[in-house]
Amino acid sequence: MSTATSTPKIIDGVHYHEYDIVIVGAGGAGMRAAIEAGPNAKTAVISKLYPTRSHTGAAQGGMAAALANVEEDSWEWHTFDTVKGGDYLVDQDAAEILAREAIDAVIDLENMGLPFNRTPEGKIDQRRFGGHTRDHGKAPVRRACYAADRTGHMILQTLFQNCVKHGIEFYNEFYVLDVVMTTEKGKKIPSGVVAYELATGNIHVFQSKAIIFATGGFGKIYKTTSNAHTLTGDGVGIMWRKGIPLEDMEFYQFHPTGLAGLGILLTEGARGEGAILRNASGERFMERYAPTIKDLAPRDIISRCMVQEVVEGRGAGPNKDYVLLDCTHLGAEVLETKLPDITEFARTYLGIDPVFEPVPVMPTAHYAMGGIPTNIQAEVLADNDTVIPGLYAAGECACVSVHGSNRLGTNSLLDINVFGKRAGRYASEYVKKAKMPVLPKNPADGVIALVEQMRNASGTERVASIRKELQESMDRNAQVFRTEDSLKEQTDIIQALRERYKNISIHDKGERYNTDLLEAIELGFLLDLAEVTVYSARNRKESRGGHMRDDFPDRNDKEYMVHTMAYLTGDAESSHAGDHIKLDWKPVVITNYQPMERKY
Amino acid sequence: MVTPTPAMPAVQAFTITLNIRRFQPEVDQEARWQSFDVEVYSTDRVLDALHKIKWEQDGTLSFRRSCAHGICGSDAMRINGRNRLACKTLIKDLDITQPIYVEAIKGLPLEKDLIVDMEPFFAAFREVKPFLIANSKPEKGKERIQSIANREIFDDTTKCILCAACTTSCPVFWTDGQYFGPAAIVAAHRFIFDSRDDAAKVRLDILNDKEGVWRCRTTFNCTDACPRGIQVTQAIADVKQAILRGRR
Ligand SMILES: Cc1cc2nc3c(=O)[nH]c(=O)nc-3n(C[C@H](O)[C@H](O)[C@H](O)COP(=O)(O)OP(=O)(O)OC[C@H]3O[C@@H](n4cnc5c(N)ncnc54)[C@H](O)[C@@H]3O)c2cc1C
Ligand code: SF4
Ligand code: FES
Repeated sequence: MSTATSTPKIIDGVHYHEYDIVIVGAGGAGMRAAIEAGPNAKTAVISKLYPTRSHTGAAQGGMAAALANVEEDSWEWHTFDTVKGGDYLVDQDAAEILAREAIDAVIDLENMGLPFNRTPEGKIDQRRFGGHTRDHGKAPVRRACYAADRTGHMILQTLFQNCVKHGIEFYNEFYVLDVVMTTEKGKKIPSGVVAYELATGNIHVFQSKAIIFATGGFGKIYKTTSNAHTLTGDGVGIMWRKGIPLEDMEFYQFHPTGLAGLGILLTEGARGEGAILRNASGERFMERYAPTIKDLAPRDIISRCMVQEVVEGRGAGPNKDYVLLDCTHLGAEVLETKLPDITEFARTYLGIDPVFEPVPVMPTAHYAMGGIPTNIQAEVLADNDTVIPGLYAAGECACVSVHGSNRLGTNSLLDINVFGKRAGRYASEYVKKAKMPVLPKNPADGVIALVEQMRNASGTERVASIRKELQESMDRNAQVFRTEDSLKEQTDIIQALRERYKNISIHDKGERYNTDLLEAIELGFLLDLAEVTVYSARNRKESRGGHMRDDFPDRNDKEYMVHTMAYLTGDAESSHAGDHIKLDWKPVVITNYQPMERKY
Repeated sequence: MVTPTPAMPAVQAFTITLNIRRFQPEVDQEARWQSFDVEVYSTDRVLDALHKIKWEQDGTLSFRRSCAHGICGSDAMRINGRNRLACKTLIKDLDITQPIYVEAIKGLPLEKDLIVDMEPFFAAFREVKPFLIANSKPEKGKERIQSIANREIFDDTTKCILCAACTTSCPVFWTDGQYFGPAAIVAAHRFIFDSRDDAAKVRLDILNDKEGVWRCRTTFNCTDACPRGIQVTQAIADVKQAILRGRR
């Protein structure tokens, strides 16, 4: 469905559209970019979901900004926390922008109408969150701006409302499957994207001067995840297949408090309000691991401690395989007013009432720190420093890198607003000067071939079985703890799955709403991204942030204070990762903060 | 490595029957019922059962879904005659000695199986000016001030995920597709009662129209259907009051 006013040209059955700026993805990052770009340039937003279905809406806890509304705070402290939280693999120039522009980003949203919770004086209220501290680690600070435990929902709704206000053109339930590149004056630049329309099966080419990717994460490479079924990393996968490198893919965040067995998230905001993690004997085990900030230590640390408690036999429940999030002392009032949604999740999905009983939790795959490399203007990089003019990425699909090896809670809703806005702004400036690039001949051919090959696939393998085996094995071998053995095993498993993927069958042969076909295409992206993740993880023989190697338990700054850059080279079709992935390094930008030991 | 197993209560597996109202636009002249047997666990949701059918038995079965925990609004459908989200309806809470009936929500054009055309629904939403309209500029770089009490007045209607469960459970909407429907009124309510907004009058005029709030016959279907627990009928009543007496 589209809200566009112009009609496309149809040539050989392919629909051609023309815009200055095309934004792929209508989550927080995509719509924030659209609000910036829409009034300045002819802009279209293409999304495989209706905008309000995007997973930004699932975010709960808050958005960080040193407003200092409730206690002393400064954006410099926020920068430091972000750098330290990311275990020093953060590009510090980018982190400074994030923390500095955070204040305007929150105010922008409030001015657009976002109903933040308020202080008694009527200002935006703030709460505590993991890793956010006063004066370089002295004590937890109240920095997270929030709207109950549906901050992401309110951000997504507010941005959508403002897109309606500005009359932004949307193409909803259009799946972008390729980016078209044109060579001009010996330089490769993007000239459009190719999309598949769910309702009709029609193929569309969107020719444009600038393209912003804002396609979100890829948590579905794992089984236990807080991510939506639709978070299959299409945008990251498309870039990868086009030869654009992927940065820091080994760093995937496992959020400590997923509902045990289900992965549905319970926000860190619960611990921000005072909830406590306990093991089977009721011990507040985080006191042992992080004596200063305890249950508000960053996520990588808490997730590891939880798994360790379970491995060492202190897990709760009949199988001793989870720990407990105790909210019982917070009282019904706090739970109902500040944490109503997660209270309901526990009641609905586990039949447990957090007011009276502790909730079983275990780490859940949550956030991709890595992704499409960009600079601080959200421009996509072809290598360590070559900009691809006209190509932008923002949000979870991008790697700026403000999160380094471990993202702090509330820094992603911030990231999508700060860098979404930057992408929109810099793309608008770019298209003022740029000419409309010429499309190559038959730009949709690749996608038409892919779709037809899928539709006619009549092998013996089921998409769902391959996906399930991928997800379960990733949970087993590439989760919170990794070793050379587990990663080697996972490499072999992925190789076999890629081989089997060539022999799938699709049941639905129709043109209309063919989700069977799209699930098969999405699985292709998942396999690609899981492969790069594991390949990059094997190569990093140290432990840092979200990447914990049991066989190399220490951080090794001498050899690994660098970003990973993975390149697709050679035979892309080969199921052997080594045949087509080449790894390289990219220096970390250090401005004010020298790496120190990370203690909390 | 530890893979957590689902928590209490102990998980049981059983076989249930789903009767699904199918419509394959490229094959079927009209919709038909088809029955599937599927093995599920007590912790499963209706969405899991639909996935099992699609993934293991019939790939042509089509429905929308994304978040799988009641937050994105993709999968409103009629389950045993009631509008609900498939991802928020646990199998164990249904009577599984009988087949479970699943069909698309009513009142919007049926496209395929459980998928309807959502465009008329979003068009009604866009009609009510669902965005903040403020005449005064806030102090530069500062938030507008709003008291906790004023924020509370419209809290309930900010929870809406635009799933359409309410609108498509409304008998007035079924017979009169022009009626804005409860969801659009909820969206208007959210701004009419926001102390920072100055365009209540404009929205109230829109809703005072013949296709507006006065169509509502207070059947409470919408409130029963809302998966976010929004007091939809109350919100409509608030708007009616505001038209008669002015905001607050
Ligand atoms: C449960 C949960 C809670 C969270 N809580 C917090 C929190 O409290 N604070 C915080 O800072 N962060 C939080 N996060 C993280 C944060 O919400 C996300 O990282 C962020 O919202 C991602 O936004 P995005 O715009 O990049 O992507 P998304 O919101 O995921 O949007 C992606 C968009 O891309 C589109 N798309 C994808 N593929 C295609 C394609 N092939 N063609 C066309 N369109 C496509 C989709 O339709 C969608 O519109 C949370 C995350 C989860 C999962
Ligand atoms: S009011 Fe409730 S039922 Fe209606 S669209 Fe919003 S969330 Fe859905
Ligand atoms: S799948 Fe998101 S609400 Fe059900």
